[in-house]
Amino acid sequence: MNANKKNFKGILCGLMTGSVNGLFGAGGGMVVVPLLKNLLGYEEKRAHATAILIIAPVCAASAIIYLINGYFDAAVTIPAAVGSVAGGLLGASLLNKLPEFVVNIVFVAVMLAAGLRMLF
Amino acid sequence: MSFIFYLLSGFAAGLLGGMGMGGGTILIPVLTIFLGVEQHVAQAANLIAFLPMAAFSLKVHSDKGLLKADGAWFIIIPAVLISVLGGLAAVYLPGEILKKLFGAFLVGLAVKGLISLKLSDPFGK
Repeated sequence: MNANKKNFKGILCGLMTGSVNGLFGAGGGMVVVPLLKNLLGYEEKRAHATAILIIAPVCAASAIIYLINGYFDAAVTIPAAVGSVAGGLLGASLLNKLPEFVVNIVFVAVMLAAGLRMLF
Repeated sequence: MSFIFYLLSGFAAGLLGGMGMGGGTILIPVLTIFLGVEQHVAQAANLIAFLPMAAFSLKVHSDKGLLKADGAWFIIIPAVLISVLGGLAAVYLPGEILKKLFGAFLVGLAVKGLISLKLSDPFGK
């Protein structure tokens, strides 16, 4: 892949990820990981690591927009953040210890149920 | 009391996030569907809740030598710029509409997930 083509693909990947994560306040990782792997040829682990490097500044930038428009609620955000860190540490230590297929099925089922509930 | 529920929602989301799946795609619907949090507030909470965990993960990945920013700037800069526009669009949209769009996004991700599940072999490992 020549450098120009690669940079173009990178920009495309950034635009898709940033627009989703800005609009929905989530989901950037779900978009960027497959793009990094399939479009830019990153291997799995590096794709996950790079995804966080991309998503973190995206979250910080769009969080500012939500903040200045009065959508920050400390009573919700602070416990959610504390829980997230605790859960994240446990999740990372459980990685590769739970059967991947089962975890994926549960995740897909929860997304489907939640998505339908929000739509209708 | 709701403090405990917000904490548990974050915990569940973090658990998935730590396993490499979209934590925010779980935190936001849990907050809005079960805890009655307004859509924009839930989205803002997720954006901010992600940051401390992200900082920690980056440290771990960087220690393992998995972080190479070379070339990633071509992804990061456009992503950050357009995310501001995305945020402005979200702020402009009424919560109920945003919630439906989010729901459609989740269904899309779930369908994509189902297709890749079907392609993967559950007994392969």
